[in-house]
Amino acid sequence: MTLAPAGHVFIRNWLVYKRIWHRSIFFGFLQPFMFLSAMGIGMGTLLAGNRNAFGGLSYLEFLGPGLLAASAMQVATFESTYPIMNKIMWGRNYEAMLSTPLGTRHILLGELGWIGFRLATIATVFMIVLWVMGVAASPLALLAIPVAVLSGWGFSAALIAFTTTQQNDMGFSWIFRFVINPMFLFSGTFFPLSQLPQALLVVAWATPLFHAVELIRGLTLGRLDPLTAPLHLAYLVAFALVCVWLADRGLARRMAK
Amino acid sequence: MTATLEQTPQRGPLATAAHRLWRARRLVERNVMVYRHQWIVILSGVMEPVFYLFGIGLGLGGLIQGVPLPDGRTISYAAYVAPALLATAAMNGAVFETIFNVFFRLNYAKTYDGILATPMGITEIALGEMLWALMRSTLYAVSMLLIMWAMGLILSPWAILAFPAALFISAAFAAAGLAGTSFLRTVQDFDIPMGLIVQPMFLFSGTFFPITVYPLPIQLFMQLTPLYHSISLIRGLSIGTVGLTQLWDFVYLLGFFALMMWIAMNRMERRLIK
Repeated sequence: MTLAPAGHVFIRNWLVYKRIWHRSIFFGFLQPFMFLSAMGIGMGTLLAGNRNAFGGLSYLEFLGPGLLAASAMQVATFESTYPIMNKIMWGRNYEAMLSTPLGTRHILLGELGWIGFRLATIATVFMIVLWVMGVAASPLALLAIPVAVLSGWGFSAALIAFTTTQQNDMGFSWIFRFVINPMFLFSGTFFPLSQLPQALLVVAWATPLFHAVELIRGLTLGRLDPLTAPLHLAYLVAFALVCVWLADRGLARRMAK
Repeated sequence: MTATLEQTPQRGPLATAAHRLWRARRLVERNVMVYRHQWIVILSGVMEPVFYLFGIGLGLGGLIQGVPLPDGRTISYAAYVAPALLATAAMNGAVFETIFNVFFRLNYAKTYDGILATPMGITEIALGEMLWALMRSTLYAVSMLLIMWAMGLILSPWAILAFPAALFISAAFAAAGLAGTSFLRTVQDFDIPMGLIVQPMFLFSGTFFPITVYPLPIQLFMQLTPLYHSISLIRGLSIGTVGLTQLWDFVYLLGFFALMMWIAMNRMERRLIK
């Protein structure tokens, strides 16, 4: 199978996005800047006496890279729910695409390519904010950008696979409330996992966001643990591959109906 | 609308208001019917502040020694943040309903165009949407208060007043949401009220830490925001520091409510009768 037709799906998304990209970049800067100055600096003053809890880091240093990973998750999941649902059943864009030489696999690759591009721009903007605030200390921080894209791909494919099984948008509020939001709060973004009770600790270890947070934090601060880093990376690669396989199968089934 | 008013008998202004409020129940009935099969969406909203309470209040708060109060007491971080999460839940419940859902009904579903063909007028629609938003907020406020009580985070009997205060806050933000929605044109415009107003207020109005960490000009600016006063009011009631500050919070919110209500009524009329 030739992959070139997937490029058309990418270009289609670009044509739609091009009218709002300046706003998207503006909010892309504003969001991390606000979160970091409120939580990082504001909470940082309350937490100042307790530097040991964060492995000797200031709270801003601890939080910043974690939020980069969490933002990648949030953007990837949002972009893979309502917009994909719209193209499957409300706007029926995929139906139109399938009447051309495009197949569902091209559509999926085009969408993932597009989401990867969005993730890369958002992670780059975020990294610039981190660098300006003095958090990104190591040249390895540049590698955090592809890791953010990789973890985002996993979440994106997982949510596309979920979306292909849904008949309306009710499942989305459920999954955001009970899966994405708890992951955002409890996967080591805001506080070290050692704060969690034992039972929850195991759950948090199993979440993909935890591995993304650990890897991105290690790269950004230049304190990568050579023993665990390959494991985190392997987890994220495996998660992305399994979810892409599920999404591919799901989309093919859904569009065959 | 004028036609129906001519047919109805002469009433005093208070009776007219009561009559309109009574008629507005039809819109609430409509929303109840629509959400009949989607109650899980509404119910799941209860969990939002609870997750924040556990994640930030207990998880991160476990690393904070305690928050010193101006009166010399030191309280746990969870007891400090919980009432603020109640206030933001009241705001979010009202604002999400009156921004996202009303925008959809106004511009895509054209729900109100149909309703205006009945004896219901714009006032009834606005009141109905606000009542509905209030019903959602009641659910969120009651559940949050019960959880705070069960976790021992309520430090004063004044907290019983936090329930009506939360409803009052949602009413004010529901009016503000309606007023804001009338200015939005496309789905992308949501970024402006959410990204530039609601979220900055959530982060900077003293929800998670006292605003005294900021330089003075920023402190003064934050004291102008309605969420700051909502948090100050509910936190004062919950931790038992009730005084002139809380009275001023209440007066401020009353003024905010009246202003937003006035804008909402005027703007909705212009949006719907073109």
